[in-house]
Amino acid sequence: MARRGRFAPYLLVLPGGLWLLAFFLIPMTLMASLSLQSGNLIDGFRQTFHWQNYRDGIGVYGGVLARSLGYALAATVACAVLSYPAAHWIAFRAGRHKTRYLFLLVVPYFVSFVLRTFAWRQVLTDDGPLLGPLKDHGLLPTDFRVLDTGFAVIAGLTYNFLPFMALPIYVALERVDRSLPEAARDLYAGRAAAFARVLLPLSLPGVFAGAVLTFVPMAADYVNAEVLGGPDDTMVGGVVRAEYFDNGAYPTASALSFTLMAVLLVAVLAYARALGARNVLGDAA
Amino acid sequence: MQNGVPAIGLRDVAKAFPGRGGTVPALRGVDLAVAAGEFFSVLGPSGCGKTTLLRVVAGFETPDRGEVRLDGASVDGVPPERRDVNTVFQSYALFPHMNVFDNVAFGLRRRGVGRAEVRERVGRMLEVVELTGREKARPDALSGGQRQRVALARALVNRPRAVLLDEPLAALDLRLRQAMQGELKRVQREVGVTFVLVTHDQGEALAMSDRVAVMNDGRIEQVGTPREVYERPRTRFVAGFVGTSNLIAGRVTEWRPEGAVLAFGADGRVVVPDASARSGEPLEIAVRPEKIGIGRDRPDDARCALRGTVADVGYLGASTTYSVATAAGDVVVYAQNDDATRTPAARGDRVWVSWHQRHSYALDAASHDDTNPDADRRPPTRSGGGPDGAVRSDAEADGSARSGAARRGGVA
Ligand SMILES: Nc1ncnc2c1ncn2[C@@H]1O[C@H](COP(=O)(O)OP(=O)(O)OP(=O)(O)O)[C@@H](O)[C@H]1O
Ligand SMILES: [Mg+2]
Repeated sequence: MARRGRFAPYLLVLPGGLWLLAFFLIPMTLMASLSLQSGNLIDGFRQTFHWQNYRDGIGVYGGVLARSLGYALAATVACAVLSYPAAHWIAFRAGRHKTRYLFLLVVPYFVSFVLRTFAWRQVLTDDGPLLGPLKDHGLLPTDFRVLDTGFAVIAGLTYNFLPFMALPIYVALERVDRSLPEAARDLYAGRAAAFARVLLPLSLPGVFAGAVLTFVPMAADYVNAEVLGGPDDTMVGGVVRAEYFDNGAYPTASALSFTLMAVLLVAVLAYARALGARNVLGDAA
Repeated sequence: MQNGVPAIGLRDVAKAFPGRGGTVPALRGVDLAVAAGEFFSVLGPSGCGKTTLLRVVAGFETPDRGEVRLDGASVDGVPPERRDVNTVFQSYALFPHMNVFDNVAFGLRRRGVGRAEVRERVGRMLEVVELTGREKARPDALSGGQRQRVALARALVNRPRAVLLDEPLAALDLRLRQAMQGELKRVQREVGVTFVLVTHDQGEALAMSDRVAVMNDGRIEQVGTPREVYERPRTRFVAGFVGTSNLIAGRVTEWRPEGAVLAFGADGRVVVPDASARSGEPLEIAVRPEKIGIGRDRPDDARCALRGTVADVGYLGASTTYSVATAAGDVVVYAQNDDATRTPAARGDRVWVSWHQRHSYALDAASHDDTNPDADRRPPTRSGGGPDGAVRSDAEADGSARSGAARRGGVA
C-alpha cells in the first residue's frame, strides 16, 4: 500500500511526461543541434557548432524580429483595450446571460484560424465591402488601402487572439467581490474613481495573464503577416517558415527560432519580475 | 432624542427584485425614523429585507416607491458617493490591495482632505478601534475582529451623519462577537454618530440598541426600545422572534373590568388586560416563559392559571425549563434555580402554571403573518389544545421563521 502511495504521483505524471518527452523535448534537442550545423541541402548538414548561424540570423533578420515584437505589442495593447470593456460588461451587466455572451465571444473561433484570416482579406480588399463604399462616396482617396499594410497585420492578430485576452480579464473581474466597488462608491468615490482605484487594480492580474497569453503566440505568428500583410510586413515566423521550407536553410531557420524563443523568454521573465510573478501567473505562482 | 428632524427617515419605501416568474418583494412599504445620535437596530430573520433596507439608504438600490430622507432632505437620485452615510458591509469589503492605513484613508482622500489631516484623523481613528501599529498590514493578514474594526474605522473616520452596519458581527465567533458588541457600543458613544445596525441576532439587538425595529418579510412589525419590544410584542411574529413566547389562542368567554377572560376547561383561566376583543371573538395572547410560575398548589384567584402535567424538564444550571401539557396546549416555563434544595416539579407531576395578568398581552389580530397568503407556512410550532384553544410555544421561532424566509428567498 505504502509503496503504491509513494509511486502514485510519478505514475500520474508518466503519460504527460512521455508525451512531452516524445513531442517536445526530443524535437527541441534535434532543433537545437540543427541550429549549430553547417552545410546545405544537397551536400547534407554536419554538426560543426557553427554559432555563426545565430549571428547571421540576427544580422539579416534583426529588423524582422524587432517588427514582430512591435506588432505583437501593438496587438496586445489593442486586445486589452478592446476586450476589457466587453469582459467588464459580461461580468457585471449580463446578469443571467453571462454564459451566453461568453459563448458568443468565442464562437467565431470555432472556424479555422486560416479560414478566418482569409475572410478578413475579403473584407479588407481595396474595393471590398468595407473600403469600396467609402471610396465611392469620396470619403477615402481611391488609392487608400488597408490590405498588405502593417495595420492589417496588427488588426488581424488582434482579432485572432482576442479571446485569450478577454477570458482571463473576465475571470479576474468575476473574482472581484461585488461589494468592493460599492464600498468605494460608499466612500465618496465617483464611478471613475471607483473604477481606477479599486476595480482596475484588482482586475490587472487578468490583464497581465492575458498579455502573456496573447503576446507570445502573436510574436511567433506568421499567418496574419503572410495573408494580410505586404512584403514589408513580414514577421519572424514567416521568415522561419520561408528559410525552412522554401530555402532549405534548416540551420538558419532553427537558429532564428531559438533566438525568438530566447527573446520571448527574457521578455516574459522581465515582465513577470516587474509585476510580481503572482500577478502574471495568477495564484498558481 | 425623538425631537427634531430624524437623521434617517423612510416613508413607505418599497423595493422588489426581478425573480423567476415575476418579482420578489424585498421591502413592502417601510416607514422609519432614526433620530440623530441613536443606536438603532433592525432585527429580522434572514431574507426579510434588512440588507435591502440599508442599501436603499446608502444609495445602492433605488426604491420602487416611497422616499428616503437624510437629515430631512430627500436623497432621491443622489448617488452613494454624495450621501453622507457610510456602510460597514456584511463582508467588510476591505480593499485587498491596500493596507490598513490606505483603507481607512480612502474616504478622506476622495474628499480631498489634506495629507497632514488625513494622517492625523486616520491615526486617531485607529487608536479608537485599537489598531495602532497595524497601519501597514494588508487586510488578509488581519484576524476577523481586526478586519471588522478596520471596516468600522473606515466608515467612522469620515464623520458621516450615520453609519450603516450590515451584520457586522455575524462572521465572528461567539466570544469575539460578545467582545465586539461592547466595543461597538463604546465607539458609538465615544463618537456620537447615528448607528443603524442590521442583525438577525436578537441578543445583539437587545443588548446594544437604543431602539429596535423588528422586521419580517419586507415589513416593519414593531419599533420600540428593547424593553418595549421584549415585554410588549405586538404581533405573533415579534413575540416569537424576540425571545421565546407562549402563544395561547382561544375565544373570549367573558369581559370583565380587568380585561378579557379566556377559559380553558374547568380549571384554566387566562385574563388579558386592555384587550379590545368582545365576548365570543377569537383572541391570541402571549406570555413570556420566565413570567410563569410553576407549583403544586392552586394559585390565588387573581392570577392567570392553567392546570396540566409536566411533559418535559430541562435542567440548564442557572434555570430549569419545564414543558407543561395543559388544556390550552403545551406551556413552556423558565424557572430560576434559586433554591438548590427544591425541585418544584418532575416529569408526570400534576401542576399549576400561573402568572400575573399584567404579563399576558394580546397580539394584533391581523398580524402580517396572518394576512400572508401562505400563512399556512408560518413557523411550525409545537401546538396542542382542544377545539377552543391552543398554546404555542415558539421556542424555536427564530430558526423556523428563518426557514420560512429562506423558502421565500428561494423564489428569487
Ligand atoms: N439583487 C437581488 N436580486 C434579486 N433578489 C434579491 C436581491 N437582493 C435581495 N434579493 C431578495 O430580496 C429579499 C431580501 O433580501 P435581503 O438581502 O435584503 O435580506 P436580509 O434580511 O439582508 O437577509 P440576510 O440576513 O440573509 O442577509 C430576499 O428574498 C432576497 O432573495
Ligand atoms: Mg443581509
